[in-house]
Amino acid sequence: MTVSATKTTTTAKLLPSPLNAWFVAGWDHEITAKGILARTVAGRPLALYRSQDGRAVALADACWHRLAPLSQGKLVGRDEIQCPYHGLRYNAAGRCTSMPAQETLNPSATVPSFPVVERHRYVWVWLGDPTKADPSLVPDMHQLDSPEWAGDGETIHAPCNYQLVLDNLMDLTHEEFVHSSSIGQEELSESEFEVTHDETSVTVTRWMHNIDAPPFWRKNMRDKFPGFEGKVDRWQIIHYYFPSTICIDVGVAEAGTGAPEGDRSRGVNGYVMNTITPETERSCHYFWAFMRNYRLESQLITTQLRDGVHGVFGEDEAMLLAQQEAIDANPDYEFYNLNIDMGGMWVRRLLERALEAEGRLAALPTA
Amino acid sequence: MADSHNIAWRRAVVDSVADVAENIRRIVLRPERPCSVRPGEHVDVRTSVGGEKQVRSYSVVDAAEDGTHLALSVFRTPTSRGGSVFMHSLRPGQLLEITQPMQNFPLRIGAPSYVLLAGGIGITAIAGMAALLHRLGADYRLVYVARSREAMAYLDDLAALHGDRLEVHVDAEGTSLDVRTLVGSVPGGAELYMCGPIRLMDAVRRAWVERELDPTNLRYETFGNSGWYEAEPFTVRIPRLGVETCVGSDESVLDALERAGVDMMSDCRKGECGLCQVKVLELSGRIDHRDVFYSDRQKEPNTRMCCCVSRAVAAGPGTVPVPGSAVLTIDVP
Repeated sequence: MTVSATKTTTTAKLLPSPLNAWFVAGWDHEITAKGILARTVAGRPLALYRSQDGRAVALADACWHRLAPLSQGKLVGRDEIQCPYHGLRYNAAGRCTSMPAQETLNPSATVPSFPVVERHRYVWVWLGDPTKADPSLVPDMHQLDSPEWAGDGETIHAPCNYQLVLDNLMDLTHEEFVHSSSIGQEELSESEFEVTHDETSVTVTRWMHNIDAPPFWRKNMRDKFPGFEGKVDRWQIIHYYFPSTICIDVGVAEAGTGAPEGDRSRGVNGYVMNTITPETERSCHYFWAFMRNYRLESQLITTQLRDGVHGVFGEDEAMLLAQQEAIDANPDYEFYNLNIDMGGMWVRRLLERALEAEGRLAALPTA
Repeated sequence: MADSHNIAWRRAVVDSVADVAENIRRIVLRPERPCSVRPGEHVDVRTSVGGEKQVRSYSVVDAAEDGTHLALSVFRTPTSRGGSVFMHSLRPGQLLEITQPMQNFPLRIGAPSYVLLAGGIGITAIAGMAALLHRLGADYRLVYVARSREAMAYLDDLAALHGDRLEVHVDAEGTSLDVRTLVGSVPGGAELYMCGPIRLMDAVRRAWVERELDPTNLRYETFGNSGWYEAEPFTVRIPRLGVETCVGSDESVLDALERAGVDMMSDCRKGECGLCQVKVLELSGRIDHRDVFYSDRQKEPNTRMCCCVSRAVAAGPGTVPVPGSAVLTIDVP
């Protein structure tokens, strides 16, 4: 990512999405050779499928001829998609291979085919300048497919601009108020936090020492240490990676056993893996998973954690919808920023620099 | 949907003009708003032909990185339909109307290897592709053919940038391109992008089919303005409408019929879409099919033609051509 001299942070409440970036188009199992998945990424409708040799393909979901959605067509041959309207066929490169009503092919008949990378159980797509689509820029989400971690996740179709989800995940003091029955506790808002950043990442670190474990974490401790009682040291280390991946290292350990210094052996550790894909200006695909590095064999724990986080994230989703509606209903009102927004504000700055480099740093139109 | 084609006209100032080869003039424009340009893109220009505004398409040969300047290169043909004469008359400071860069000839990133083939002025569409592939470190060859070196724009610049990857074939020097050899040397999976005269492109298409290479890996852009025969004036008749008119060597059948008041249907005006097809009722002479809409099988009986680019000529096999003597009798939808 090119870093420009931008120092100011705009007061834009909502941001457009950069295009020169990898976004998750879907879970690997969602994209198959049996059917076509229609999904909009960063405002661009895509038709997603696999060729017979297993490669994921992302084509623009609009036929060259009359823009009929290719996703409503069918897969034919080795790697082709047939338009449902007049039967024009395209291969994985987006090139027309058949125009049933004529003997020749119009040389300009193509649909855009976007670079795709499959990694960490996701299919990632690059909508911007294809010459910049470097697979090494895919964010590190290795916990999702590492043998040292177990877990699973889901997708939320969040009714808000993707930036609001990033704000939500970069400041977890909201847990005390939004998730009071599971992971919230007052120490979250009261404890100090540290923020660091570089050109493509931001890290927010918060430790809460010698506290009672909230219900979610007490349960996890007892999964690993049956019958556990007592105080814990709790951590949340939020890792943001450009453009919209946030992996949160979370856990608790028996108080005073050295977790802040690096010895987590008397604790439980999870990673909340989040990657947010803008859909429209007011909606996004929020892919998440909860991974753990203990009791790897237990499908029961995997299911319990997925269900537990599902409930927690349902609370976020309701708040994000309410916030988006309030933003739309109050177009003349600005955001004000607080100290707790430090991490989220660095995220905004990195995104704004990328948007500026693409010449797209314009505030979204208000509702 | 190759790309968004919501045409947005804007003003541009002629920044400089320079002759870069025989009858080829480089025209650098400063659009009123900077615009980024990708290889293979063209702009439409509102030209003034005989006092009438007409739209012409020209490939963007190169552009400033910040989008403030873009260069066209225009070949002035002996049988110009007027657009190239107008473009050659431009002087620095003059105002023009142009569109944003539009894409009908996209270069796909990620092919295992590439062959780029430019015939004459076709280099304008190909040069930017070559520059990008060079920058990306891709495996490519740039093949540039022309009648003479004097007719080859940008030859020195291309040699400097591409070194051994550039192959030059010059008819006047006896080093004409052997198309079968070229196509025979294309590795499987390679993509070939070409722009040039229709004879060259037809020969490549035939060799490509013969070798049974993937037809979608052969990419080309045609403006339908070159044929197998020199353009010459001829007569066109539509008995049903009682129309008879002369098609000048500098205009198309479509132009001539529109001028004569016939309600014609057409769209691409470069021989691709087939909307302008007419029925040939009678023919004195032969048809110079310049379109890519009909297959060879469909062209052969000369019963239909794309009147936006294809023409009639008097030349017959073994006969001395008598320009102006061809008569084309057609019916229109």
